[in-house]
Amino acid sequence: MQDNMETAGQGPKRISEHIIEIVSDSGEGAQKAGQTFGSLSAKMGNGVWTVEIIPAEIKPPARSKAGASGIRIRFGDHQITNMGDEADLVVAFNGQVLYGRFDQHAYKAGTILLIESKWANDPVPEIREQYAAALEMFKEKGLIIHELPFEDACLEITPNPRLGKNMFVLGMLSYIYQRDLQIAKDNIAYIFRKKAQKVVDLNHALLDRGYAFAKQHVPTYCWEVPGRENPGATIVSNGNEAAAMGIMAAGIELVAMYPITPATSVSHFLAEHLYKVGGFMHQAEDESAAAGFAIGASYAGLTAATITSGPGLALKTEMLGLATMAEVPLVVVLVQRGGPSTGLPTKVEQSDLLAVLYGQAGDAPKIAIASSTIEECFHDVILARKLAEEYRTPVYVLSDTNLATGVSQYPRPELKEEWLAAPLDQSDWPEGVRPYEWDPNTGLSPRPVPGQRGGEYTLTGLAHTEESHVAYDPEVNQRSSTMRSLKFATLQRTLTPPEIKGEDQGDLLIVGWGSTRGSIEEAVLRAQKDGYKVSSTHIRIISPMQPGLKEMFKKFKQVITVEINYSDPAPGGNFTEENRRRAQLAQLLREQTLMDIDSWSNVHGQPIRPGLIYNEIVRRLAH
Amino acid sequence: MFGLKADWSLEVQNRYFTLEDYNDGVARWCPGCGDHTILTAVQRILRDHQVPPEKTMVVSGIGCSSRFPHYMATYGFHGLHGRAFPVAEGIKSRRPDLTMFVTTGDGDCCSIGAGHWVHAVRYNMDMTVIMFNNEIYGLTKKQTSPTSRAGLKTNTHPRGSFLPPINPASSTLGMTNASFFAQTVDWNSAHLNATLEAAFNHRGFSFVHVLQRCTAYTSYLFDGMQADPNTLALLTGPGSIDLDPSVARIFKNRIEHDPSDIHAARRVAETTDPFPIGILYQDASKPVYDDHSNEGLGTPPEAKIKAMNKVLDLFSI
Repeated sequence: MQDNMETAGQGPKRISEHIIEIVSDSGEGAQKAGQTFGSLSAKMGNGVWTVEIIPAEIKPPARSKAGASGIRIRFGDHQITNMGDEADLVVAFNGQVLYGRFDQHAYKAGTILLIESKWANDPVPEIREQYAAALEMFKEKGLIIHELPFEDACLEITPNPRLGKNMFVLGMLSYIYQRDLQIAKDNIAYIFRKKAQKVVDLNHALLDRGYAFAKQHVPTYCWEVPGRENPGATIVSNGNEAAAMGIMAAGIELVAMYPITPATSVSHFLAEHLYKVGGFMHQAEDESAAAGFAIGASYAGLTAATITSGPGLALKTEMLGLATMAEVPLVVVLVQRGGPSTGLPTKVEQSDLLAVLYGQAGDAPKIAIASSTIEECFHDVILARKLAEEYRTPVYVLSDTNLATGVSQYPRPELKEEWLAAPLDQSDWPEGVRPYEWDPNTGLSPRPVPGQRGGEYTLTGLAHTEESHVAYDPEVNQRSSTMRSLKFATLQRTLTPPEIKGEDQGDLLIVGWGSTRGSIEEAVLRAQKDGYKVSSTHIRIISPMQPGLKEMFKKFKQVITVEINYSDPAPGGNFTEENRRRAQLAQLLREQTLMDIDSWSNVHGQPIRPGLIYNEIVRRLAH
Repeated sequence: MFGLKADWSLEVQNRYFTLEDYNDGVARWCPGCGDHTILTAVQRILRDHQVPPEKTMVVSGIGCSSRFPHYMATYGFHGLHGRAFPVAEGIKSRRPDLTMFVTTGDGDCCSIGAGHWVHAVRYNMDMTVIMFNNEIYGLTKKQTSPTSRAGLKTNTHPRGSFLPPINPASSTLGMTNASFFAQTVDWNSAHLNATLEAAFNHRGFSFVHVLQRCTAYTSYLFDGMQADPNTLALLTGPGSIDLDPSVARIFKNRIEHDPSDIHAARRVAETTDPFPIGILYQDASKPVYDDHSNEGLGTPPEAKIKAMNKVLDLFSI
């Protein structure tokens, strides 16, 4: 550490945060370098958010726009809740991979670019020309460019720099951001723990070489991002891993799924770990079967979940209607992507909300929880399991690609045995109690489980009496519908209003749900500091809706939602005030409050960055 | 908790179950419908084996045959059209203590549920499946089924069904990991009972294809078969069902058949006239999915917490 503090200039400059990117062709290890940098920074007490840059194709050609593979790391002296705006520093292994990043508005004038220089001397004239053209464009965009011979430096240590460059880059970044080299070396030793010692030694040497290289070539790029004091036991994971750990911690012992992006990585995690806690993951023949399998298991008294994304949700619709009708508890983890149809499989969208709430035929109310942080992805599953059993109904936990692929840290949860409790026992069913013994005040009823003597009944998806007998008469259907709806009213009465960030009155209130929370709160805080009377609130339980919204909204001149789903642009052409379609939460809130709630949303397939939200606040409030 | 009563006392009295203990009310199928015979046959098996009603599970889809669970005094699950198999698999996945029956029809199994059927055969979970084949959609009033004979006039094909019917036997036996397939007819109780008994005793996915008369729409299709036992061919030989000789002697057509030979079974499956009845195929050594899905049952909470903490350790910094 002593060594690290020696710099060419007057010592490292303190900064609050930075956003960096490492971009390469796929297979060059940029993501591994970035993850290690993120983990190292988290260990040093920084708040960290990393997100991978995934190539648009499976086997993209080298040095192509479609081939950009890499990682963005945002880290700071405070908690980081989103991927942020434009990057401060980029390390690129070639020029072409950055083109796509400009489409994503990832860089700004002043972004520092450290780029591999070997392409300038490539024997193939076309490659030299492409490199020159790329640099020309980056200059026009105002990037501060440093062409550096990464590979030549790596060649001093390894004959195969393509494989070692990533740890070299980690070394460079370790100089630039004054990382603790010992922690970096420990991380490297862990990554290569299954390899020979000489592999570890080689990567340590590359790390040291990168450190010295940066000190030599860009000595003035030397910053210190102070860590926070003792954050306590901490977990670093993405939202899908958090949801999978939540499933295990919630005592869910049967998970049925069918592969679908971006939900599948939850299943990958469970396939690797669920058996360790005595559970089983079933890969079903299709989405409907996955839901049916989980419903069967739950009916039989197990805790069960199914996992899916938009197109899978569409296919599960029939089964989930059955679970609602027959009152079978079920946890549904829904990782949203872009739609409709196959849509944008790997991109961010929050457009399944109305499908969740209204997707079934008939009246099928349901519970929907929207996770807004990676940590909530864990805890919301535990909450969902409890609600599913208490209210005898499916509960949806909604996250999206932003949370699913973003990696950040959160306090390590303390596991509780009560989370694992078996839902029901096998003792005899009390005499005279019917399988749907609806409490007239709450709509709730106890549930017999196969094996319980005296509880024998036949569950049916048809309209049924308290005895679970098929009945088509008017009163029975009216009453059973009321009882199923009453459960949601009962739950709604136990909820509290969402928290408000900022003053409880003002010119503008921004309402959000799900993964936009970090960006919204950051933008609002910035606008508040700039004197705007803006506040925000975030709804976690969307169905039944958290109470008190109308009272809250009344105190603001404007209320808008910020969402990542489609809404029509401002009136113009055939879009009029009358026919304009708003974003999904806005539709729900308008119905709920009878207030003129607007929305600001887009379907760019990207997380909404705080800067864009800030601009919208200013556009609405600056006169 | 098994074997304990609500007050934690042990069940000491020997329970004895009669047919009545499995029967719930009056079945609302048409008089003369073949479903009544099958209902009685299932209740008899449960009685003969003294399976507690609370440990018995009947799962169905949608259709006349899928009303079956409502007439049983056991646990039942009358779910979605074509989707009995996934539900039954889910129930069975972690409840080896339950005895599982699935009742399904030709439309339910071979049409809307065909995707699940194919995979259910491959999962080979321990359940007795009865496919009631009346060659017509009865509950929704006379639409063509995938097993309807070519030319059959229905409300959806008033000029006659266009295509030859699906053969449930060859379809099932064409699927990987099939472990039990038998055929019988609802109008010969002795053969029906003996066939279901063999299916019940097989561990795995025991599929029984039953030709079943629909008095409302297709009774006439089976009249000839019912009147003339020569339209059927009894499968005989080692491994065949245990049929009383006084019943067996009415079948003049016999096929000496080895149910352990999949190639022979597939050849027999292709035969429809005379219609082969008995066990076409049985192999108790096929992998059973339950053996995997049951893994980890009964893991104590302390062990779960310990294992879970180890997983959290992987993500801790």
